[in-house]
Amino acid sequence: MQLESMYQEIILDHYKNPHGRGLRDPFDAEVHHVNPTCGDEVTLRVKVDGDTIADVSYEGMGCSISQASVSAMYDLVVGKSVAEALETGEHFMTLMQAKGDPAVAEKLEDELEDAVAFAGVSKYPARIKCALMSWMALKDASARAWGGTA
Amino acid sequence: MTATASRPGTGAQTPLPLDVEAIRADFPILSRTVRDGKRLVYLDSGATSQKPRQVLDAERWFYENVNAAPHRGAHQLAEEATGAYEDARAKIGAFIGAPETEIVFTRNTTEAINLVAYALSNAATAKEPEFRTYAVGQGDEIVVTEMEHHANLLPWQQLCERTGATLRWLGLTDDGRLDLSDLDTVVNERTKLVSVTQQSNILGTINPIAPIVERAHEVGALVMVDGAQSVPHQPVDVQALGADFLVFSGHKMLGPTGVGVLWGRYEVLDKLPPFLTGGSMIEVVRMEASTFMPPPQRFEAGVPMTAQVVGLGAAVDYLQALGMENVLAHEEALTAYALEELAEIPGVTVIGPADTVARGGAISFTVEGIHPHDVGQVLDDLGIAVRVGHHCAWPVVRRYGVPATTRATFYVHTGYDDIDALADGIRAAQKFFGTV
Repeated sequence: MQLESMYQEIILDHYKNPHGRGLRDPFDAEVHHVNPTCGDEVTLRVKVDGDTIADVSYEGMGCSISQASVSAMYDLVVGKSVAEALETGEHFMTLMQAKGDPAVAEKLEDELEDAVAFAGVSKYPARIKCALMSWMALKDASARAWGGTA
Repeated sequence: MTATASRPGTGAQTPLPLDVEAIRADFPILSRTVRDGKRLVYLDSGATSQKPRQVLDAERWFYENVNAAPHRGAHQLAEEATGAYEDARAKIGAFIGAPETEIVFTRNTTEAINLVAYALSNAATAKEPEFRTYAVGQGDEIVVTEMEHHANLLPWQQLCERTGATLRWLGLTDDGRLDLSDLDTVVNERTKLVSVTQQSNILGTINPIAPIVERAHEVGALVMVDGAQSVPHQPVDVQALGADFLVFSGHKMLGPTGVGVLWGRYEVLDKLPPFLTGGSMIEVVRMEASTFMPPPQRFEAGVPMTAQVVGLGAAVDYLQALGMENVLAHEEALTAYALEELAEIPGVTVIGPADTVARGGAISFTVEGIHPHDVGQVLDDLGIAVRVGHHCAWPVVRRYGVPATTRATFYVHTGYDDIDALADGIRAAQKFFGTV
């Protein structure tokens, strides 16, 4: 079974017990992103305080990968500056393009914390967009909340 | 008892109508393995079918022996290529009970539907009065159903946006059937065309076409039948069907990609303006204006997908040798077995008719607590290819209150062993995600 390489225990934990789930007020921007090939959806709100991401709240439906990804992202970006969060997003994108290369995962391990567990997903092209959906939504919402000055 | 391809492991010992082992030997791809040496269990024929060697050989024969642009040139190859192309047209026409003059080759079902949708809006501005016969405009209505594949929905939405016509639709019942209770009001004197799928790609439902044709013709509307999921799987005869258009794709019926068919009643096709224009479809061309060929050439601009048409001809030969009645009976037996097997798994819900009455071999289902993508991933890991998502029929999954489904579709090489593999795979997914 190759399944365990994709569905790491950390991913299944985030899926079953998502962190930060639910839409909260106040917020500065709300976006709705869909994955048109499979119908997965996420509604995501961002609250910024100065240049810091004070809160990310979300509701969504989708597969374990998409739902776990938004939960792991919540842990990573809340409390960071918008610029740092977006840079982390870029690094997550790098991980998703690594085709399962363990060297890439190792290099990004400290920064991506739980999210490095998604390295196995990068071996499955059809699932990469599931993992990226929430990060795309965050980028979009941050740009709106921050007026594009990031 | 262990199941074999043709005999089920449980229940009635009904041998399948088709010799699955012999058929599988014709499909080279079925002998490959996937995901670390596992047998390929291909349950995604509804998306695209696999191709038997006979079809691949026909394409290769064309390229190796007679390749030339048909309907151009006077050399021997051009003559033979034209002959092969037109022979295939006649054969494919005969397959659905139509003369070859009513068979138009398109890229696929999607293009065939768009061809008609664009012809109906082009009709409004055609300079030839006879081409304005079926013009669609403000105040007119187009009718579809909530069961349609996006390919039979968006071209009509767009036609309505271009022309100011109104799109209406027939709804669905809770058990996955068309709701015809308001047929007489939805299809009315303002209706110009009704387009309906003969077999749902997601629910498997086989729709009653006769009452729709009867009502549409009563009010003077045209009827298009989307046969993408019916023509490959059951006998379809356009004379018995009574509609004005039938569209289907070659790649879903053992044929190559890149070739589809628009069948149209000749007297209707004859009054439609072209969709695409260019070479091949012209009568006389002058710098100021041009005139067009009669159907079907009027709708076939440019050098056509000749080798693919020849390949589709071979696919039709293959299906006719099996017998479409046998193909239908084969899939009915598989569907009955699959519905029984899935019903035994707690947490599995079939979206669509729960019995085999007017139902084809497309089974969509949900597994409680596991998203369809995750079900599909576990199945894939076991070598089982299914489709997951909304199956290009987003309104249908929305209608039944699910974000997506997992779909298994059957064809001539599908056996009881494939269904057993599916059922075992679903149980493996439940175990993996800890839902049981």
